[in-house]
Amino acid sequence: MVSSVTNLGRSGVFDWLIQRVTAYVLALYTLFLLGFMVFSDVNYETWTALFSQTWFRIFTLLALLSIGAHAWVGLWTVTTDYIKAMAPRFLVQALCGLTMFVYVIWGIQILWGL
Amino acid sequence: MLVSLYRYNPETDNAPYMQDVEVEIPEGKDLMVLDVLNLIKERDPSMAYRRSCREGVCGSDGMNMNGTNGLACITPMSQVVKKDKLVLRPLPGLPVIRDLVVDMSLFYKQYEKVMPYLVNDTPAPAIERLQTPEDREKLDGLYECILCACCSTACPSFWWNPDKFIGPSGLLQAYRFLADSRDTAQAERLSNLDDPFSVFRCRGIMNCVSVCPKGLNPTKAIGHIRNLLLQRAT
Repeated sequence: MVSSVTNLGRSGVFDWLIQRVTAYVLALYTLFLLGFMVFSDVNYETWTALFSQTWFRIFTLLALLSIGAHAWVGLWTVTTDYIKAMAPRFLVQALCGLTMFVYVIWGIQILWGL
Repeated sequence: MLVSLYRYNPETDNAPYMQDVEVEIPEGKDLMVLDVLNLIKERDPSMAYRRSCREGVCGSDGMNMNGTNGLACITPMSQVVKKDKLVLRPLPGLPVIRDLVVDMSLFYKQYEKVMPYLVNDTPAPAIERLQTPEDREKLDGLYECILCACCSTACPSFWWNPDKFIGPSGLLQAYRFLADSRDTAQAERLSNLDDPFSVFRCRGIMNCVSVCPKGLNPTKAIGHIRNLLLQRAT
């Protein structure tokens, strides 16, 4: 058993499952948006109409949170592979965490027009 | 034929270097790579490599031949030699002791972690612990591993984290005991593996499968371990 405190969950299987589930959410969201762009006329009216619906805001927020979790698991793996010294590794991980946090909060602000 | 050899003797060399040797191959013969090395050693006894059974059973002569890991004793020249040239290097990712001999301590440490032995707390029967032929069949493709380290040293995840990621060889062995009907320590074994490194550092690159000289499939075994962990945790 290797101990680790910087990964998303405390267990390997949790991280693995989160990454798979969020991948499905992101794929669905991407397909939906692509479909929307292909099959409907994208202009200010249709775009605001889409984003004014609560279900789509929830779907977008879910996608945003999924990106955060998915990227955290992925980038954590990359940093533990390639950055061997503790200080720079922790710094990069903290920067990644901060960036994701900012994007999620910012996304909420945009979605609900707060 | 030109053979390029990785040479390093820590007592005399500051750094490893490649030595080119011209080897006369007997006409019409498809020698094994180990035979070529033996021919070289006859001329230069300082050349160091491990070998023992010379028939792919002991797993001593794992090395990197023209970029691919394998056992020198069962790899014919016709399979690896390209443009009449053979490049021999030690297994990648492990510290070199001398020439083609690597320090396998980390590899064995990972092997030790998976408790590669049967654990059974129930009273021992008079003769032996029996297994149905079906249960015994589950161990096929797992027990044959000879610990040559060709797979683990071909695995990028093992290169980056050899101290944390158990590696394909160790995980194949881990599953060999998880799948054994006579073992009673499955819960403990799984608990020892449920961290982000031991099993989950496998990214499914499958170098292990393509180099295994015994034709085993560690990636599949790792998938089974992952499923067991998932079943237990959801």
